[in-house]
Amino acid sequence: MVVGDIIELASRYRDEGADELVFYDITASPHGRTVDRSWITRIAKILDIPFCVAGGIKSVAEAEQVLGEGAEKISINSPALSDPDLINRLSSRFGAQCVVVGIDSQTVDNDFRVYQFTGDPTRTRDSARRTVDWVREVQERGAGEIVLNCMASDGVRTGYDLAQLKAVRQICKVPLIASGGAGAPEHFRDVFMDAQVDGALAASVFHSGNIAIPDLKRYLIEQHIPIRP
Amino acid sequence: MLPSVRLAIIDSGGANIASLRYAIERLGVSSELTTDKTVIRNATHVILPGVGAAADCMGRLERANLVDTILNLQQPFLGICVGMQLLFESSEEGDVDCLGLLPGRVRRFPNRDGLPVPHMGWNNLEIQHPSPLLKNFTEQDYVYYVHSYCAPVSDVTLATTYYGEHFSAIVQHENIFGAQCHPERSAKSGALLLQNFLSIL
Repeated sequence: MVVGDIIELASRYRDEGADELVFYDITASPHGRTVDRSWITRIAKILDIPFCVAGGIKSVAEAEQVLGEGAEKISINSPALSDPDLINRLSSRFGAQCVVVGIDSQTVDNDFRVYQFTGDPTRTRDSARRTVDWVREVQERGAGEIVLNCMASDGVRTGYDLAQLKAVRQICKVPLIASGGAGAPEHFRDVFMDAQVDGALAASVFHSGNIAIPDLKRYLIEQHIPIRP
Repeated sequence: MLPSVRLAIIDSGGANIASLRYAIERLGVSSELTTDKTVIRNATHVILPGVGAAADCMGRLERANLVDTILNLQQPFLGICVGMQLLFESSEEGDVDCLGLLPGRVRRFPNRDGLPVPHMGWNNLEIQHPSPLLKNFTEQDYVYYVHSYCAPVSDVTLATTYYGEHFSAIVQHENIFGAQCHPERSAKSGALLLQNFLSIL
């Protein structure tokens, strides 16, 4: 997406009442490159809600640049798996509240497993970690928020993976954001009520216009989910 | 809109002070990010932002030799997030003595009822006392929080927020104001809070 389109989309979501925006460059880590940062300042100037930048941040210096341009938070995924101590370094430098760890996970043989380099199907691989172990570890290392992307649900629009999110909620003492599977307003209700997550992330249903954020918020308030109107 | 405002933002060293400056710009006000005592003393309004640990922030103010300057400010002075926490006597975070402009000790959220810490997200304000800072605010106004520590409710509390317990969301004593939320990331409610602060004479 070119920068002008990002600004336009960000403005639209701001005006529609999105509570937070995440900017992903999911292809960043696999190709050994980082996101072009010039757009972050332009986003920061027009957004009056929190936003997080994800993709290819592999060092304290890169994180400092992203935060300095006006992002609230940085999200790391594959680089944390390759270099878990990066979480400690980022957390002690910027505080846990800035450090989001994204986890791509799916069910394998009745267990949940973490996957790495999921932005590139040819490089995606099992990281040899159990998801519950990694969730515990990243918290100990100083993650302030976890985004759990349930890969099997991602893009399918049949609902969030409630079983997996509930299992992770049990051991997750920091804010937990559900990702992957949103296709209908009921899916958002279910993930808040059944899995007790702190936030629900979705992309395609909003981009396509299938769900309008104001309608979704009205629905969730009717369902007695406590959210910002 | 606010033509006579000369705003000094104390450079407390946080990595993301930019977002506060942009929020001020959106109000049509320019600001100076500074550790210069003269600029701070001569400002009509002063904001102390804060990101990171209380002890680190206090350390930076001490090394910049700014504590006396801050203690003697007569103009409207607003602490935001950790900047608000520093206004109190002490903080449990790093067990550090703070500025002592407001009574009480800042404590960590107890993880009560399994509530996640940090407290992160949007909550409304429960207004306890009217103030120019809360002009035109209603309890339908939601603000954005990211914090693990909070200030107790006391005589200086103007508004509270509930997260497992009530904590001081907005405080004031004379010219000293504090906001635990991030007004720069609190949409229209945050802009109203900053606008109200800059309108205080």
